This record gives sequence, C-alpha cells and structure tokens, in this order.
Amino acid sequence: MTTNPLHLGIALDGAGWHPAAWRDGVGDLFALPYWLGLVATAERGGIDLVTIEDAVGLQSSGFGGLDPRRDEVRGRLDALVLANAIAPHTSTIGIVPTVTVTHTEPFHVSTGIATLDFVSGGRAGWRVQVSGRAHEAAHFGRREVGPFGEQTIRELFDEARDVVEVVRRLWDSWQDDAVIREASTGRYLDADRVHNVEFSGRGFSVHGASITPRPPQGQPLVFALAHQTVPFELAVSSADVVGITPHTDEQLEEIVAEIASIAETAGRDTPLEVWTEIVVLIEDSPDAAAAALARLDGLHGDPLVSDALVLAGTPAAVAQQLLHWHRRGVQGVRVRPARLPRDLDAFVGGVVPLLRSAGVLERPAATTLRGRLGLGRPANRFEGAIS
Amino acid sequence: MTKRTVHLAAHFPGVNNTTIWNDDRAGSQIDFSSFRHFAQTAERGKFDYLFLAEGLRLREHKGRVHDLDVVGRPNTLAILGAIASITEHIGLVGTLSSTFNEPYELARQLATLDHLSNGRAGWNIVTSSDEFHGANFRRGGFLSREHRYTRAEEFLEVSRLLWESWAPGAVVADTGSGEFVAEGALSEVDHHGPQFDVSGFGTLPRSPQVQPVIVQAGDSADGRDFASRSAEVIFSAHSDFDKARAFFSDVKGRLAGVGREPDSLKILPGVTFVLGDSAADAAERSRETALLQVSPQTAIAFLEQVWGTDLTSYDVDGPLPAIDPVLDSAIVKGRAQVITDPVAVANAWRAKAEAEKLSIRDLVITFAAKHTFVGTPSFVASEIDRYVQAEASDGFVIVGSSNPTGLDEFVDRVIPELQDRGVYREDYTPGATLRENLGLPSLERSFATLA
Repeated sequence: MTTNPLHLGIALDGAGWHPAAWRDGVGDLFALPYWLGLVATAERGGIDLVTIEDAVGLQSSGFGGLDPRRDEVRGRLDALVLANAIAPHTSTIGIVPTVTVTHTEPFHVSTGIATLDFVSGGRAGWRVQVSGRAHEAAHFGRREVGPFGEQTIRELFDEARDVVEVVRRLWDSWQDDAVIREASTGRYLDADRVHNVEFSGRGFSVHGASITPRPPQGQPLVFALAHQTVPFELAVSSADVVGITPHTDEQLEEIVAEIASIAETAGRDTPLEVWTEIVVLIEDSPDAAAAALARLDGLHGDPLVSDALVLAGTPAAVAQQLLHWHRRGVQGVRVRPARLPRDLDAFVGGVVPLLRSAGVLERPAATTLRGRLGLGRPANRFEGAIS
Repeated sequence: MTKRTVHLAAHFPGVNNTTIWNDDRAGSQIDFSSFRHFAQTAERGKFDYLFLAEGLRLREHKGRVHDLDVVGRPNTLAILGAIASITEHIGLVGTLSSTFNEPYELARQLATLDHLSNGRAGWNIVTSSDEFHGANFRRGGFLSREHRYTRAEEFLEVSRLLWESWAPGAVVADTGSGEFVAEGALSEVDHHGPQFDVSGFGTLPRSPQVQPVIVQAGDSADGRDFASRSAEVIFSAHSDFDKARAFFSDVKGRLAGVGREPDSLKILPGVTFVLGDSAADAAERSRETALLQVSPQTAIAFLEQVWGTDLTSYDVDGPLPAIDPVLDSAIVKGRAQVITDPVAVANAWRAKAEAEKLSIRDLVITFAAKHTFVGTPSFVASEIDRYVQAEASDGFVIVGSSNPTGLDEFVDRVIPELQDRGVYREDYTPGATLRENLGLPSLERSFATLA
C-alpha cells in the first residue's frame, strides 16, 4: 500500500458549479432521490467524501448583495438536514455538509454534526463557513455585519475560531465511557465523565456539556476552504483539512509555504491536510470539452469565473492535473463538477480508473472518515479532568 | 353514526425515568439502529407520526448531571432528517424551541424536512426560557417568562411568511427559455416586531405541506390560547378519562371563538401501557415494570425534588420524611415541571402515603410509573376506543418503556385489535401528507381567519 494516497472529495451544489449547468436538464433539486443518486455515484467511485454547499440565504452570482438573476439555480435545501437524510443510504463515503457559524447556535451545530456521525457510523465532517453578507445578516436581524474589509474579515474569522472551539469541546464533553448502566448504584451515567465546556468568548458563551454523547469519530472531520491569510489562520487553529485554490504552481508554493509558516508560529503539532480545489468539465476530447464550456458560457452570457482552477478537458487531462498536484505535495483534491450529474459520472468513470492505475488511491481499511484519511481518533481533551 | 377514527403517535422513549435501561431489552439510546427500529416499528403499526423530544441542556440534580435516568440524545432535526429517508409514510415530529432558535434558520430546516419526506414534517413548539437552558446559547436567559408565547407566536408568524414566500410553481427550470425561477415568484419577507426583525428572501420553494403540522404541549391558559389559535395537534398531559374529557371540551370550545372547526385541532394525550395475557398478568407486569422505572435511588431523587435537600439516608421501603421541605433550594434544574409550593406537595404526599399505607418507593411509583393502560391487548384497545368515541381525546401519543423494542408489542398485539374495531387505518393512503393522515383540514380551511 502506498503511504501517500491522494484523497478525493466531490463538492455537490445544485446542478453543478457552472451557473448554466441546469440548462442541460436537471432533476428535482429539492427532493431526496437527486442527492441520493449523486452520492451513490461518488461512493461507487471510491471517493472519500462529498461536501454539500450551503449558506444562510439565497445564492447570488457575486460575493456582494443579492442579484435579480432568474437564469441561475436559486434555492437550496439545508445541508445538515440533507446530509443526515443521505447518510443511512451510504456505507463508506464521508458526508460533509456546509454549516454557517456566523448567525447560528454553536450548540445546535455541534449536536447536528455529532448526530450525523452517529447516523453514518463515523463518517461525518463539517465544512465551516462564515457569513459576511449584509443581506444574510438581515435574515436574522440580530447584528450588523461591517463593510467588507480587513476588520470585518478578522472579526468573522475570530468568531468562527471560537465556534469551532466550542463545537470541538462539546464533542469531547462526554467521555467515551460515560454511560455505565450500573444497576447496583442506580446510575445510568457516571457524571464525573461528563464535562461542562465553560467557554466564554468575546461574542458568546456556552456553559454546559453536550446533550449528545461523544460521536463515533471522537472529533468529526473539520474542513475549511481558505483563500487568504486570515482564513488560513482559521484552518491552522481549527481544521483537519484546508481547501486552497491555486491556479498556478507558483501560487500553490506560496500558499503552502504561508500555511506552513502560520502552523509553525501557532505551534500546531497535528497534521493539517492541504487539498486543492478544481472545477472540472469532462468530455472525451479537448475540443468537445472546450465546446461544451463555450456553449454553457454562451447560455449564461459570460465566461465561467471561479475562485478555483477551471479545467475543461479529457479524463486524462484531469487525472494529469491531479497527479501533478499530488507530486507537489498536495494531499487531496476537492473536485467541483461543472455539471451534475454529468461531470461526476465522467470523473468516476474516466478519471478515477486513471488515478487508480497510478497507484494513488489505496486506502487504509477503515470504517470512519478520519480512519480513511489516515487521521487517528483523537484523545478526549477532558480525559482525566475532574468534572 | 360513523365511529370516530383513532389517531396514534409514537414517542421515542427518552430522557425520563420511565425509559428502562437496566434490563436485557434495553439497547442504545443514541445508535441509529435504535431509531431505525423504532421508526420502522411505528410505521409498521401505521402510526400517524413518531415524536422526538428535544434536549437543550443535561438536567441537573443536587448540582450535578442527573445520572439515574437515561441521558443523551441526538439533535432533533438531524435525526428526523435521517429517519425521513428510511420511512415512507409516517409523520416526523420533533420538539424545537422557539426561544433558542431563529426563525430564518429553523423555518428553513423544517421546510427541508418537509421536502425530503414528501410532506411528513411536524413541529412541536416549546417555549422554555430559563437561564439554565439559556446558558448554552448565544443570548442566554434573555426572555422573560411572560413573553414566551409572544415570541412563539411571532416566531410562527415569521416562519409562515418564509414558508409562503415562494409562489406555487415558482421553480420553472425551463431549459429553453433559461428561466429557472418565474418572474415575480419570490416575494421578499419584511417583518419587524417586538421579537424579530427579519428581511429578505427564503431559500426554498413551497414544501409539500407548505407548513409543517404544528404541535403544542403547553397546558397553561396562555398555552391553551396559543394552541387554539395556532396549533393543529395538542400533546396533552391529561390521560385520566374525566380530566381528558374536560380538557378536550375546554380546548375544542375555544376554537369557535377564533373561527376554527373542532376537527382542525387534534388532542392526543401522552400515555403508557403494559400488556398481559390476562388482567392479573398485566397487573403483575405493570408492577415489575414500575420497579425498574423507579429504582430506590430514583425514588429518593423524586422526593428530593420536593424536599429540596439530601434524603439519601431514608429507607425507600419506609415512610416519608417527617421533616419539612427546604424552600428555594434549587437543587433541581432543567425539568419542565416546576414545583411552586413544596410544603403543600409534601403534606399531600405524606397524607396519601399514610392513608394508602405506601412506602416512599410505592408512593413515587403512583405518579412516576403509573401506567395509563394496563390489561390484555383487547382491553387496551377498548380503552383507547372508549376515550376517542367519548370525545376524551382524538387518540394518543404512545410512550414505550424501553428502546428500541418498547413499541413492538403494542404494534403486534393492540393495533390489530383497533383495526378489527374499524376505528384505525388498515394501511396508509399512498402519498398522504402528515396533515392528511391526521385527518386535519387543509391549511386554508384550518386557519381561514388568519388570511
């Protein structure tokens, strides 16, 4: 077995990552069968995890306010509830919903992901996301979000760090052996093995232990997508996997070096996996791929713009890019299919076999997502503490 | 005259002394296999819905986590999402707080559940607001007790605006014209009230039921008023026949005043059961069950809730303490029921124990492990039928005594008896929503006066 596998995630969102993808015909995005079909394909292809995009508001084509476009997919199911509905129909793949931390309750976020870990038998993850949009703040009406800039970003990510800290403490707040069922003393639980998290931060505090026992993985996988220094710092302080979006080898080197330097300064002593992100549109020939992309761009009215590298090409071209990254030290790739299910089918059918032949897809025998990625089950931070 | 139909819900045995954990039948309280078995059994029994309570903080006793009952449960919405995908017909109802949630997020999650389940979602609205629970949430104990229902009603109002903010048929997804959502189909919510300022667009098309079935359990005058205006099911605490009839008549009587029909609000008391092959057999099993539900330690802890002080030196098989309760001791935290006059309760309990010659444990069993229906399957079915025909209830929320198999016997033995009586469905109507299964009128008819 290779000691250095390439990990693979598929990012699911609506009809795919090209805003005109739905124009090829689309299933019912608001019903379960569509999602079960996508995840079944990914699982059949031996993919390590799927992520599910989400936000606390309607999609918009830019980062700013809402736009009036009616020619793109609008509307989304709540990713956490959807992930839990998907989990019982899968057996090996990791399920990683996006859950926003800015306006939500850390306590509910923690129990929601912990429950997903129980439902999936240890295959839960969480893609942490902040909300910096003013119109999303207006959905809650509890606070203003400042103008987009350095200070606002800092505040949002400081809060995100606090939320992840609370969520992680809550996951650990029950020791694995807290339930004792001891008839002689009448005790179901050993209260000394359940710990209040007693978190007090700048923006909020959470006092008690979780209502949910420690999840099977101990700590479900935390994934953070990051594009600049402040989010890199969040990834270093809080995540297990960081997703980055280099478009060139130079950018890749710079980002990896910056993350390494932040990790060193922070004294992080556990591994942080670095994954790259890529939008793929896959056809059998380079010309067909270029034509398909041009057609969608034409339908949409503008060329596809993405934070991540966009590759319209053959299965071989996609595999080559992934293997190239892998040789340069990247540990995983989160693939964003431009068209769903089409480019997911093509990835599983065409790219995965090439990666397998290249010998980068062997995995440890593991039933949990952490285990699959070669991450251990973490010790409980409260173990040995007096409650 | 046609017989009234019996409606049944199944309560997942949860964080309560009635859930037995110390015998061979007791399985995991948290593994998904327990929820799967429970849900599939309830669906096999053609129940209208299954029900899960919510946890916001672990209960405490004498300054520590209360350790005598089962502890620990999943996130309500998450587990209902999971159950939705492994069931086809049964309704999915969970308790969710209107205090420690925000409408935009919760309404969206409930709409998601309704979409994923093809119209089987329900929401039991609770209004807890104390600082003890608040300590786990951003705003702490921010809400005063008298504003609990103000907030719940406004919460529901904002939720309705969101659930209805996409016009029917808003998603056209016309690949030819390139129109995904129809012009003018999404309306902006713009709500400003004492509890909430919510403006913007919802993120989901109308779900199959548009709004989940609203369930309510509060018993106060405020709670009854709220239910008569806004709820479609009451999870009632009145299982005694006469009290149930009085409650039924009180609440149904309030409906005309708000322009609603009697059948637009179903009343389902929570009940327990013990079955036997004969009345004597059932009585014996009831006693055995009660002893498992009220261990010596549990009996003492119940007394301590009233006496407000440590009573572990008392013999549970002996008489009640002669000492008076300690007032304002606050040794119990996180329970729904608040004892307002401990001295009166202590006196009443002592009088009852003396008159009926009950030990501490026996006395506690009379209220903490009193089984509503005890008898043969035929007797239990006849009791259920009697309540419903006599308008003491529209049916019941059945609470089993252990996980995951606590409901099996009821489904195997009582359900066929009810079906034989012609008062319970033989099978589900394919594609029916929870609202339809409950025999509730359409939303438009139910809440005509709201429009």
